[in-house]
Amino acid sequence: MYNIFPKLIRFVFLITIVFVCNNLQAQVDPLIERVSQKLGLVNDYVAEGVMKTDVSFIKASLGKVKVYFKKPNLLKVKKEGGISLLPKGGVSVTINSLLNTKQYIALPAGTQEYNGKTLRVIKLVPTDDKLDWVISTLWIDPTDALVYKTFTTTKENGSYEITMEYGSYANLGLPSKIIFAFNTKDYKLPNGITLEFGDDDPTAKQKALKNKKGRIEITYTNYVINKGVSNTIF
Amino acid sequence: MKQIISIELYKIFRRPRTYIAFGAIAALIMVIQFGLKMDGQSYAGFLMKDINDTLTVDGNVLNGYLICYILLQLLLVHVPLLVALIAADMISGEANLGTLRLLFTTPYSRTQWVVGKFIAASIYTIVLLIWLAILALFLSMWVFGTDDLFLMKSNYVVLIQEKDVLWRYVGAFVFASFSLLTVTSLGFLMSSIANNSIGPIVGTMSAIVFFTILSTLNIPLFSIIKPYLFTTHMNNWKEFFDIKVDDNNEAIFGTILNLPKIKTSLIVLTVHIILFVSASVIITKRKDILS
Amino acid sequence: MAVIQVQDLSKHFGTLKAVDQLSFSVNAGEVFGFLGQNGSGKSTTIRMLLSLIHPTSGHIELFGKSMESNRNEILEEVGAIIERPDLYPYLTAKEHLQLFGKLRSKQINAASINDTLIKVGLFERANDKVQTFSLGMKQRLGIAIALVHNPSLIILDEPTNGLDPQGISDIRNLIKQLAKQEGKTILVSSHLLSEIEQMATQIMIIHKGQKIAEGPIQKLLDPTKMIVHIKTINDVQTLQVILSGSFSNYLLPRTDGIYLCMPDYEIPLLNASLVNAGVGLIGVETRNSLEDYFLQVTSNSN
Repeated sequence: MYNIFPKLIRFVFLITIVFVCNNLQAQVDPLIERVSQKLGLVNDYVAEGVMKTDVSFIKASLGKVKVYFKKPNLLKVKKEGGISLLPKGGVSVTINSLLNTKQYIALPAGTQEYNGKTLRVIKLVPTDDKLDWVISTLWIDPTDALVYKTFTTTKENGSYEITMEYGSYANLGLPSKIIFAFNTKDYKLPNGITLEFGDDDPTAKQKALKNKKGRIEITYTNYVINKGVSNTIF
Repeated sequence: MKQIISIELYKIFRRPRTYIAFGAIAALIMVIQFGLKMDGQSYAGFLMKDINDTLTVDGNVLNGYLICYILLQLLLVHVPLLVALIAADMISGEANLGTLRLLFTTPYSRTQWVVGKFIAASIYTIVLLIWLAILALFLSMWVFGTDDLFLMKSNYVVLIQEKDVLWRYVGAFVFASFSLLTVTSLGFLMSSIANNSIGPIVGTMSAIVFFTILSTLNIPLFSIIKPYLFTTHMNNWKEFFDIKVDDNNEAIFGTILNLPKIKTSLIVLTVHIILFVSASVIITKRKDILS
Repeated sequence: MAVIQVQDLSKHFGTLKAVDQLSFSVNAGEVFGFLGQNGSGKSTTIRMLLSLIHPTSGHIELFGKSMESNRNEILEEVGAIIERPDLYPYLTAKEHLQLFGKLRSKQINAASINDTLIKVGLFERANDKVQTFSLGMKQRLGIAIALVHNPSLIILDEPTNGLDPQGISDIRNLIKQLAKQEGKTILVSSHLLSEIEQMATQIMIIHKGQKIAEGPIQKLLDPTKMIVHIKTINDVQTLQVILSGSFSNYLLPRTDGIYLCMPDYEIPLLNASLVNAGVGLIGVETRNSLEDYFLQVTSNSN
């Protein structure tokens, strides 16, 4: 009899949270709605671009890539005749995949200055446990409803920062440049496997690598929008 | 001299022993290729364990270029032993057989014979290397296809564009020919000292193994002599597969990270070749043919 | 004209004087027999003539030219086999001749290769690999290699090694023919002294690196020292006759028969006295061989 009161309090609190959340989901942030509408204009696209891999332990040159997208959240980056390195699971956590699911709660988190623009910061929390991401923060320009930056934490693949720049396809919410930034783990293979014995100073080679943070940049040169993309590509 | 070279080549390629090296290389390469064809993905997966934690690698990683690199890593340690089998037998083998006195009573000087024999042995070495290239590179390209070269080194990964790879292999094979010619000349030196077949062959192999151990041991005492050992430089063909990066950590197409290292190694190897062959000439000239 | 002229030739291996102050000459067209016991320095001398061994001192001239400064030019005109017939087992007889023919400035065509193979009796086996050859066949091929470029000087070190009696006879005839019909100068060493006796016009004997005898074979074989072997049905009676007469001084102390060493002109007298004494004489064999001479001079110099 004496223990029922705390349980009751907990129950009421839970009901309140659920109610608030449902209310929030029902009353979607209008800016997110505008972003979604803009993105919704694009059913599919094939974009050509140049990909640059900038990871501390990887030496790679620029490579031409083709990026395939199809609603709701199919995305594939293919390097033309070459090997591509992409952040694990990172590219799948794009704005499209975040917003098209509609399974999130949007929480406003104020504004922030970014490259001379005042951006609204909105945090998205998924409502479906099956989704790979845990939380995502979006930096959105309220004037043109474009997302300039996202920071997403995933369940299995760490956190990714995606920065976007816009050009001639800004009206459809498609970036001209996208930068994936992510944390990298240490890389080391034993000399016995690589058969690299007797190197005078292995660290000297690493000094040639200028950047210690993982970044992958794709600069888009051309979009072919809503012309249909086969599912087999994904 | 032309006659000596053609005769020596004729003899080399008429000897059944010559083809042991060709057969051994073919067998080794094909076994490795077969293994990688059957279970290469798990091997690649093992190598890329650290990378796969962070990145998704998309494309034909286990392509002919990478297979060739793996094969060269493994075989360029062993091919010198096969080269020694012929080179270290060129003079002493004939002394043992008794035919050296037939050759040395022809109207050619001993210097001509030694140089001619060395050139013939060098041609054999290069033919062996071409055979290695055909099987390791071209057969691998045919069996595994081609793509960018994704090289997993001890501390970092190099991704070289497909169009930027083939010339590097040409460079690597040219470099490897210098390495193997150093072994040929060492075998020759051993061969000029002894009068039997086995001694110089075993001697050359032992010298390679011994100096390779000295080259790979990171003991300060040996560090002083390491830069002067040919074995320290023999494996620097790998430098062709390291690439410069610019300030944006972007690999620069067509560059070699440490070209001076390659040049230094080539100079050291060439000096060794000249020294070994010159010593062989001097020893052979002074030698009394008693066999 | 001297084809080979050797002056004060010495070769020392440490303290061992393998050849010591050796001088000799071989004239054009001669068959020069070079004799000596095993280890006497024959092969060392031959190897020095062919520039295989560097002399410690002395001077070698072949065809009037110094070996030191004209080696390659000289060796164009020299054909040689040295001791064993060592060849490439994986090559055929014909390939050997082609291979060594190429090393001469003279053009050697297929016909001359075939002629050489016929000369040494190997034409039938021309295309067989040497690994299938007997020792005698290898020796013949070795001689063929020495002859293929038609040299003026032929140096043959033990050319009859491993040959059967027929082979020995063939090679002997070939050497005679080369000297008589083709005018070749031949230096030949052999342990078969009877063969040298039949072939050589001049001989030289060396012992412990030094020359102990040299000259025309007929002059060396002293006619006053003929070896006489008496075969009778009663050796005791025969010995009694010899010991009682003037021939007792000539008797040789041998146990394998009755041998005497005596001047050739006294042999008929010995024969007559034995017949007159009524011994059952089966025969009297006389010989004055190189072998006897060789044994005599080498034992004297020991």
